[in-house]
Amino acid sequence: MTTPTRTRPTVTSGIGDSPLRPDGVPKLKGEFQYAQDLWSEGMLWGATTRSPHARARIVSIDIGPALATGGVHAVLTADDVPGPGMFGLEHPDQPVLASDEINYWGEPVAIVAAEDPDTARRAAAAVVVEYEALPPLTDPEEADRADSVFRRLQIRSGDQEVTGEVVVEGYYEVGTQDQAPLGTEAGLAVPDGSGGVDLYATSQFVHADQSQVVEALGLRPEQVRSHPTGVGGAFGAREDVNLHIHLVMLALHTGQPVKMVYQRSESFTGHVHRHPARMWYRHHATRDGKLVRVEAKILLDGGAYASTTSAVLANACYFAVGPYRVDSVLVEGIGVKTNNPPCGAMRGFGAVQSNFGYESQMDRLAAELGMDPLELRRRNALATGDRNPTTQQVIQTPLPVAECIDSLAAIPLPDGDDPILPGGSGLTTDRSHIVRGVGYSVGIKNLGFSEGSDDYAEARVRLTDEGAVVETAAIEVGQGLVTVLAQMARTALGISKAIVRHVDTSRIGSAGSTSASRQTQISGGAVMEASRRLRERILAHHGGDELDDLGVHRAGELIAPMSELIREGWEETYTFRHPPTTPPDDDGHGDIHADFAIAAHRAVVDVDPELGLVRVVRVDTAQDVGRVLNPVSVQGQIEGGIMQGVGLAVMEELVIQDGVIRNPNFTDYLLPTILDAPDVEMLLIEQGSWWGPFGAKGVGEPPTISSTAAVAAAIRNAIGRDLNRVPVRPEDIAL
Amino acid sequence: MQAFHPKTLDEALAAAADGATPLAGGTDLMVEVNFGKRRPEMVVGLRRIAELREWERSRIGSGVTWRRVERDGPRAYAQAARTVGSPQIRNAATIGGNLGTASPAGDGHPFLAAVDASIEIASTSGRRLVPWYEFFTGPKQNALQPGELITAVVLPERLPERHEFGKVGVRNAMVISTVCCVVTRDTEGSTTVALGSVGPTPIRVPAAEEMISAEPSPSDSALGEFARLVSEGVRPITDHRSTEEYRRHAAGVLARRLLERCLA
Repeated sequence: MTTPTRTRPTVTSGIGDSPLRPDGVPKLKGEFQYAQDLWSEGMLWGATTRSPHARARIVSIDIGPALATGGVHAVLTADDVPGPGMFGLEHPDQPVLASDEINYWGEPVAIVAAEDPDTARRAAAAVVVEYEALPPLTDPEEADRADSVFRRLQIRSGDQEVTGEVVVEGYYEVGTQDQAPLGTEAGLAVPDGSGGVDLYATSQFVHADQSQVVEALGLRPEQVRSHPTGVGGAFGAREDVNLHIHLVMLALHTGQPVKMVYQRSESFTGHVHRHPARMWYRHHATRDGKLVRVEAKILLDGGAYASTTSAVLANACYFAVGPYRVDSVLVEGIGVKTNNPPCGAMRGFGAVQSNFGYESQMDRLAAELGMDPLELRRRNALATGDRNPTTQQVIQTPLPVAECIDSLAAIPLPDGDDPILPGGSGLTTDRSHIVRGVGYSVGIKNLGFSEGSDDYAEARVRLTDEGAVVETAAIEVGQGLVTVLAQMARTALGISKAIVRHVDTSRIGSAGSTSASRQTQISGGAVMEASRRLRERILAHHGGDELDDLGVHRAGELIAPMSELIREGWEETYTFRHPPTTPPDDDGHGDIHADFAIAAHRAVVDVDPELGLVRVVRVDTAQDVGRVLNPVSVQGQIEGGIMQGVGLAVMEELVIQDGVIRNPNFTDYLLPTILDAPDVEMLLIEQGSWWGPFGAKGVGEPPTISSTAAVAAAIRNAIGRDLNRVPVRPEDIAL
Repeated sequence: MQAFHPKTLDEALAAAADGATPLAGGTDLMVEVNFGKRRPEMVVGLRRIAELREWERSRIGSGVTWRRVERDGPRAYAQAARTVGSPQIRNAATIGGNLGTASPAGDGHPFLAAVDASIEIASTSGRRLVPWYEFFTGPKQNALQPGELITAVVLPERLPERHEFGKVGVRNAMVISTVCCVVTRDTEGSTTVALGSVGPTPIRVPAAEEMISAEPSPSDSALGEFARLVSEGVRPITDHRSTEEYRRHAAGVLARRLLERCLA
């Protein structure tokens, strides 16, 4: 006798798979709609008049010549800004358009709408602004002395009098890195005919854009709907608003759709940068390599406006010691206000800068002790249950510091020559001039928002004839969020057919920012929980015990087909929050962070010491990823993050003189090419997270945090000389 | 913007005489236009003129692309061509455009200087041949008069047996040179060294050339002296790309290494 069996479809493309990303093929074929490609019938083009001075007083503005240009529909200045006219991600301290003072080079003074982009740009250039140039404040140490600061933060832990048998000191600098997303700032604002506007613009956080537009222009919240749109890279540059408020002003003023696309050079002034840092460190240790005390002073230049400087500074300070145990800590952090270009979020968010400081110190200490640099790190490795030495927070999440170090050490070193020599296609050298070096760095960073922020994301899951539809305002910037959210919905629902649909700010609650390595955990948490609840409700309603692509089953029998469920119109909305955090007390202590991730990097470099040229041969890594939800995406984040770290180590720097960016273009702001890209061997450490959905941890930032310091350490190792600054320039090696 | 697309050189010269701006690959001109630095009212496109793409022995038409030089050029010129921009740029950009721009950092210039090439220039009133040292007159300045077009690069009939190009930049490809250099040496020991990015124009270093040309098989100390004379002979500046000190140092190191390759 045969028992009739039924083959139930299992979920495909769920958690653990690497399904084809839905935007992948359209992007490869050039068919994906980026914000640059937006179009609306009868639209005008916007352009911006910017200050040529880093600091000045505006004496007068004459818009007459610009307005007289044929094809120009509007020329607006600060006088035309309705409402308070100020914006800012954390503090509204930045004018929508400068009215009487200029605080940085490239600050917007006027905006124009015209019938084509060329006319708009020429009209913007025709706005006559009379300036009284003033001496800019550009030295961050001078700003500190003058108390021109956004935030000061002091962290004190343990006995402040204790000293070590061995003491090493160092001073370190990090230059200004730019996110340099390949897609520049772009957007389209479409008036709705009844006083409202639909805004489609490059973003990492549409709800914050919407609220800043509303508040700056004194509008009612329902007047502005901010829509997620195609973003060609972000890395932090899209967290602050730039052209958003300008577009809405022009659209409301002209009553026509207005589009704006920043050109490359304008993009470099149109978004915030990574904070340049100056850091003074003193490490105390016992002779056998146990850290006794760490003292650090960290000075970040926030530039002219606040942006996220206070949070970036805090991060730099909270991770000023690194993933190491030490009882006595003193950290002094200063985020200064100058007339340099404003700085804000960039991948790693402060943890990059201090990593270069503390890891350079760990190498210095290892050399002083005559100890293997990895052994020193292993002896001091922080672990779950320890207190973070700065904040004194007990670490509850799995924190595999020692495991990352040991795994990294187990990856075989490359043997043999690299096919690419330092200098690459320039043919500057042959092997006789090359020395090889190896360097290490271990980094730690928080995941999600910290210091008591209410960090949450809303998501909705609906059953429709398209399958399970995840609705979210969480921004896809190229990292693969739309892929992984669908995977989560599939696995949590038991349904293989799932897609992600972006909806605007009027149709769903905030997902928070696509930053802080947080969306997979937080929006992912919302999707997982909404899916889980939806499945339970459907099963309870039909009295079933299984839900799959066919419908609801009970004891192996289909009792409610999917078509019926679709007719019933099931949906579930959920708002996910990570465990609460607290602001710091007077000593910088508290449960400041929700989760942590670790990465360790080993760089192998070939250096031509005489010319100072470098070829980064390999950057190997062991990374604490929680759980791998999508192997290909995790690999992509790690390889890309390492490239951004390699860029900061050897070439990526905005050269700023007297407040003016000297290289705002891809001719002179150098991003690594494929001939500069190292091979990467990676080991993924999967110990889960204490709250992330499916055990996920954010994986986007850790690859960038310690790869820079590892490359710098490898160059030092090759040439046997100290280097206290990144990017390392040829002259720093050769002269 | 008005654009002409002539098929013959005579038509192009007539347009140039009327003040039209020449456009070949467009990889420099269009950048200037996009940056709002130039706004030509009339443009004459040169890509349809077959004569400018001709390459006969030592006479290379100005419309020849860097991709072709990379593939077919004499060794050091091909090595230089490989470092001009990206493959996309090299497929469009021409040797004439490189000369028209006359950037101090132009990758193709040191080879022309090292082999004593001339630049052929034409206008409606005729053609003239200008030696490289008269052609480059300053940073982004050349001897071209209004109405004139660059028609060809003329190399000597016989090139030195050995010639090597090298370029120092902060990135391993697709980078503006910090220093670029060509060293040539013939069988009698006669040596030239020409460098870019270390002066307002491409330059030769006669003191270094004379010293090393007198050495049939240079010793280590002669090579060191050659490097020192090159470093001393260049006139670099400090800008956002590098420092005067580093460029001076790198010029000497690179020139010596290229000479060693010529001697090998």
